[in-house]
Amino acid sequence: MTDAPLIQGRTGEWEVVIGLEVHAQVIARAKLFSGASTAFGAPPNSQVSLVDAAMPGMLPVINEACVEQAVRTGLALGAEINLTSVFDRKNYFYPDLPAGYQISQYGQPIVGKGEIVLDLADGGARTVGITRLHLEQDAGKSLHDRGPNATHVDLNRSGIALMEIVSEPDMRSAEEAGAYVRKLRSILRTIGTCDGNMDEGSMRCDVNVSVRRPGAALGTRTETKNLNSIRFVMRAVEYEARRQIEVLEDGGAVAQETRLFDPDRGETRPMRTKEEAHDYRYFPDPDLLPLTLDAEWVAKIKASLPELPDARKARFMAEYGLIADDAGVLVAERESADYFEALAEGRDAKTAANWVIHDLFGQLNRAGGEIADSPVSAAALGGLLDLIAGGAISGRIAKDVFAEMFASGREASAIVEEKGLRQVSDEGAIAAIVDQIIADNPGQAAAYATNPKVIGWFVGQVMKATQGQANPAVVNAVLRKKLEG
Amino acid sequence: MSIDKATVARIARLAHLDVPEDDLEALAGELSNILGWVEQLGEVDTEGVAPMTSVVEVTLPRRADEVTDGGDADKIVANAPQRDGDFFVVPKVIE
Repeated sequence: MTDAPLIQGRTGEWEVVIGLEVHAQVIARAKLFSGASTAFGAPPNSQVSLVDAAMPGMLPVINEACVEQAVRTGLALGAEINLTSVFDRKNYFYPDLPAGYQISQYGQPIVGKGEIVLDLADGGARTVGITRLHLEQDAGKSLHDRGPNATHVDLNRSGIALMEIVSEPDMRSAEEAGAYVRKLRSILRTIGTCDGNMDEGSMRCDVNVSVRRPGAALGTRTETKNLNSIRFVMRAVEYEARRQIEVLEDGGAVAQETRLFDPDRGETRPMRTKEEAHDYRYFPDPDLLPLTLDAEWVAKIKASLPELPDARKARFMAEYGLIADDAGVLVAERESADYFEALAEGRDAKTAANWVIHDLFGQLNRAGGEIADSPVSAAALGGLLDLIAGGAISGRIAKDVFAEMFASGREASAIVEEKGLRQVSDEGAIAAIVDQIIADNPGQAAAYATNPKVIGWFVGQVMKATQGQANPAVVNAVLRKKLEG
Repeated sequence: MSIDKATVARIARLAHLDVPEDDLEALAGELSNILGWVEQLGEVDTEGVAPMTSVVEVTLPRRADEVTDGGDADKIVANAPQRDGDFFVVPKVIE
């Protein structure tokens, strides 16, 4: 366990305490209680049933696939599955909630306590408790920018199944909060229960932040709602921690309130609405009986879980001999791990890992893309590694070829042939160049007897003369022979 | 258990019901009577009896994950007091 990082204030050190609530849209074709589609980006109100629009007399009927997804997620978080859970009505008024209540789970959620292990940048780990996971309906979407005095409401999202995943207040820094969301998303994507696309809103975070003196009782917390990127989660934590410390150091008190994050300013501000002290008046939904699960059915789902990121990381270390850091980076996203495994198949695993982590990720970062959008497939990068392994090109030339592959999407061999980049391994050809360079630089050649390190300078000259295409091993061998002879 | 005027006013506000001040006293009496009547159930000894969730022996019916509904935006917004294309339009609510 890593020590909690502390923030230095004017009057001493402070500890930040963070808990997260993540709303994850369940991957399913239809909604939680209706047969309308969940597809993203459809025309307004085209995916709405009369149940979702809360027309009188409509009755909710639960989608069994959503139940299975929630159970699958609970199992992947190592959590208790509650074989009996209850749906409640959470009452509040908002135009995008046509029923005037959200069907949620309050006292008896479908999933109880679990945990997530975070891998931190310093190589340490922190275990974060999961308090619970429950199923609930998503609300519709309000658009405020289509008219000066009007709000437009689209109910396509209304009634889509959400998993609300609540953590314990176990995180102590923005970095840990970011690592938590990343790890959770990686697990959800691996098991296929949520696509984790934060920019489409299929995963959203509420962040609870408080500060305290190290070892003191918990401070008053604020909740910053609806953060839709990991970067915003981290910035909201940092801003809130700083703001609360300032308030306290100025002798004030932190107000328990709901706040919004303004991404343009990088600040949080209190929500304007006067809330009725969050009196949701939960009560069991009389339209729905308790949800009961069969223990054998749950066991079957458990047996069908794919390899989870932690297990995959351990396997990458054991099977491929990767160091923990590299394995952790690769399993952070299922796509990266799959890419690596495809590349490492029949090739040197450590070389493959280096190319994915340093070269591929480097290019992707610069281009601002995800691995799924990589213009260079695992098979194509494999072709490049095979050219290096076979001695056709040098590792140095390979970097240039890779940049060209990334830019054009072409095969390595085509680029190498077209540009004549094949490595020169012909000893006779290299010897001729070496002879010329020695003849032109008698002083350096003579220096070799007393300073053998001067060979490095000669290697550089040969590379320059051959535009980097000379095989370094052959160059070294020829130079040594000539300089010593 | 009895309910006072302030509680009636509060739950009316939470339910977005406009209850005139003059009616609060009478409603407080009515609601207190209803609660008092239900509270008589508390006299039954339920020690060791599991809570009952339904009077019929059925389990929650489930639906297969298939798209069987939607695709008629016009019908959905048909009763809206105001619409713009297929959007519902309501007075501005901005946060």
